[in-house]
Amino acid sequence: MTVSYLVQGAQMVLVLSLAPLLTGVIRKIKARLQRRRGASVIQPYRDLARLMRKDAVLAENASWLFRVAPYMIFAATWVAAALVPTFATGLMFSWSADLIAIIALLGSARFIQALAALDIGTSFGGIGASREMMIATLAEPAMIMIVFTLALVAGSTQLSTVADFMLSGGPGLRVSLALAAVALILVAIAENGRVPVDNPATHLELTMVHEAMVLEYSGRHLAMIEIAASLKLLLYVSLIACVFIPWGMAPMGSDLSAYAVGAGTYALKLLAGAVLLAFFETAIAKMRVFRVPNFLGAALMLGLLGTLLLFVSGTI
Amino acid sequence: MALVLELLCALALLVLAVLAIALGRFSSASRIVYAVSLLVTAAGFAVAVVSLVAMPASLTLPFGLPWLGAHFRLDALAAFFLAVVNFGGAAASLYAIGYGQHEAVPGRVLPFFPAFLAGMTLVVLADDAFAFLLAWEFMSLMSWALVMAHHRDSENVRAGYIYLVMAGFGTLCLLLAFGLLAGPEGGYVFAAMRSHHLPSTLAALVLILTLLGAGSKAGLVPLHVWLPLAHPAAPSHVSALMSGVMTKVAIYAFIRITFDLLGPPDWWWSVVVLALGSATAVLGVLHALMERDLKRLLAYSTVENVGIIFIGLGLALAFRANGLAAAAALALTAALLHVLNHMVFKSLLFFGAGAVQVATGARNIEQLGGLIHRMKVTSAAFLVGAMAIAALPPFNGFVSEWLTFQAVLLSPQVSEWGLKLMVPTAGTMLALAAALAGACFVRAFGMSFLGRPRSPAAAEASDVDRFSRAAMVALAVLCLLLGILPGFVIDWLAPVVRSLAHAQMPAQVSVPWWSIVPIAESRSSFNGLLVFGFIAVSASLAILAIHTLASRTIRRAPAWDCGTPVTSPLTQYSAGSFAQPIRRVFGTVLFRARETVSMPLPGDASPARLEVVLHDIPWEAIYVPLAAAVNGTANWLNRLQFMTIRRYLMLVFLTLISLLLVLAIWT
Repeated sequence: MTVSYLVQGAQMVLVLSLAPLLTGVIRKIKARLQRRRGASVIQPYRDLARLMRKDAVLAENASWLFRVAPYMIFAATWVAAALVPTFATGLMFSWSADLIAIIALLGSARFIQALAALDIGTSFGGIGASREMMIATLAEPAMIMIVFTLALVAGSTQLSTVADFMLSGGPGLRVSLALAAVALILVAIAENGRVPVDNPATHLELTMVHEAMVLEYSGRHLAMIEIAASLKLLLYVSLIACVFIPWGMAPMGSDLSAYAVGAGTYALKLLAGAVLLAFFETAIAKMRVFRVPNFLGAALMLGLLGTLLLFVSGTI
Repeated sequence: MALVLELLCALALLVLAVLAIALGRFSSASRIVYAVSLLVTAAGFAVAVVSLVAMPASLTLPFGLPWLGAHFRLDALAAFFLAVVNFGGAAASLYAIGYGQHEAVPGRVLPFFPAFLAGMTLVVLADDAFAFLLAWEFMSLMSWALVMAHHRDSENVRAGYIYLVMAGFGTLCLLLAFGLLAGPEGGYVFAAMRSHHLPSTLAALVLILTLLGAGSKAGLVPLHVWLPLAHPAAPSHVSALMSGVMTKVAIYAFIRITFDLLGPPDWWWSVVVLALGSATAVLGVLHALMERDLKRLLAYSTVENVGIIFIGLGLALAFRANGLAAAAALALTAALLHVLNHMVFKSLLFFGAGAVQVATGARNIEQLGGLIHRMKVTSAAFLVGAMAIAALPPFNGFVSEWLTFQAVLLSPQVSEWGLKLMVPTAGTMLALAAALAGACFVRAFGMSFLGRPRSPAAAEASDVDRFSRAAMVALAVLCLLLGILPGFVIDWLAPVVRSLAHAQMPAQVSVPWWSIVPIAESRSSFNGLLVFGFIAVSASLAILAIHTLASRTIRRAPAWDCGTPVTSPLTQYSAGSFAQPIRRVFGTVLFRARETVSMPLPGDASPARLEVVLHDIPWEAIYVPLAAAVNGTANWLNRLQFMTIRRYLMLVFLTLISLLLVLAIWT
């Protein structure tokens, strides 16, 4: 019981403290791949600290929603990230929200963010919000299909149970899971606004989505939004790791060494995710915004195919 | 006892309607009528809540057909829907105590409002086909009168006409369905229908007729066309009743006939219901996304939610046909919970739209903007309603959609191939509808309440009276409560579900921390209370930490806008431009949307124009040809009126001969 609380607490602190690092590592690798030296991997922490100390500049017609939104976005994302098992299964509160609820929490964060983007009444905020919601209308059903595939294989939408099931080697190699894995990666790229869907490094071209929405934010509010974005990226990497490469995670009630192994393998998984993402982003070009529906349509079809395969036969 | 009390409530509402005609001349009549109907519906709600767990009671009154009488019955299902009707009625009455003051001709609304409520109460209580249809028609006519309250507006007249035609069509279908159910012996009492089972072809026919009859009232695609016209035409508190409550009465009729009277279902019924529900959900919300009139947008979103409820009902039918009682109970609970949730947030949103209309005189969201600064309470309540209807935690809409998803996940247990393919597709459509609803309500809230005012009226708006605000705040609080403590409602629904599905969901209130656990905790669980608590605590912690350890100063400055701020509010993103990406992705096929850009020649100072054409496919493919055919036939038959006497005599003679021939062949 107390162990579960400790694991849960450790998890909450861990995701919060690692998230900027993950962003920093990805930026560093990308810089090296582009033959730049790049900023230090701890630069995101310095940025956050600097932003928090600065005054927040609000537009003259900003409403209360604009001021509250960063904290809501941060809180919803943090809670969601804290419920995805990282180094150990058996989280204390993992039953309080299953995978569908975690996705819906991210949906709440996105809803608030899109509203905050519309609050000032600038066309940049509008364009970002409009495109973000368009991408979400395709990414969310795809994500639900992935959840269906996982839930039908593992017999549960609880992430801890799914991870335990995958860890026990129950499913083996399955076509439907492979389809779901590909679909999940596509969705993760779109949801986090990475290349080729959106470019996290710029806000000055007309294909922008996320950066356009946060254009009016500054100071501590911007810091909250930045950290929420990092958390969301960490969440998706953890989710892919937890479901498809669960090895090394400490099951419930294991001893301290198992937790140490779990933490070590988790760090390796994050690093692997960062390297792969950086390579992918360097190798591929950003696509036009109206190509994104095809990209996400592929994810939706893969997810639906995975689910249908499972309806046809429980063992494919 | 409870049944008598409910009937007395209906009677009191009818008396109130008559009194309202007499009182109509006095200036305070509006307040009195709405206050009394608030009291009566509140009493009706309390009785319904209590009697849900009680034994069914029935009563025969000496009205109606002499050999039949009027049968009334109050069982768990009726009690649940009575609670929905009366709660919606009470909320609308409270809102209208303030809102009704703005009515130009109160005499056109006041008598019909309580009568409409009484009609809905009697539909739910009726226990024979005659009383049911009579109450159903009464309900339709009273709501039609309310739609026509502002009858000088030509759009309202058109809406009223289409509504009247569709309502007549729906009642006709229900009449035929009851005729088939009654059988050759004419057992018009529901108990007689329950006791004898129809052969499967006739039962299928009854299902189709019920889908047409109840579906046309509820707004199933393609029978939804009247709904986005008629619901917004009425005053806003009536729109809330029509959208939030009357569609639920139609769903009651569907549940009563298919789950209660019709006997065991065939599996393919559920395929039909699921397909209709999915199409309704997605088309409804896409229409809502394209709509600029705030109230019409809400009406289209009602179509979407009716689709979601029908997906739940279709799943319940599928499980019942397969003998999976526990799964059917889960799906049915999800559908009923969504009935309740939708009543709450749709009423709230219509109240908000009414408040906006009172404050600005506008319903077009392209003319609004910035209202969050001037209508603080309304905007906060509307935000809660928007998040709830977009199925976002921790509000109530999420819980019922989550339960529906859990029911979808149980469907590999069904054995038929048609269902095995249909159910995941319906699940995808549900997810798509939920995501589109998110986009739709970002647009609705963002354009109306955020940004800068797009018209002088929006710039000078002020918040509405305290009764209207009280109604909205109460419903917003309820959205949150139902979202974080759904277990109590699920347990309260158990008798209803048990009476229809012969099983119920596991008891929820006894689960630690008030989680909801549809089947088993290892399978899935959700705890809105904890999630809400976590979010509230971590947000407060973040605020506290940053304000004490880092900075808390605020500076106000002009908007940054990438260094090139433009002052005109017209440069903001408009509702049309917000919807453009989704229109391009989904609308090119579903609405045959076409955009044409006409650029002026170089040197010409005239503006460039973007023209968007959308087609309403069901309307153009079904209703327009149908109306043309009816017109054509009528014109053709019109010739019968202008014939010579010889021809008339010949017609009479021919008719006589053919009748004699028929008689000769018959025997």
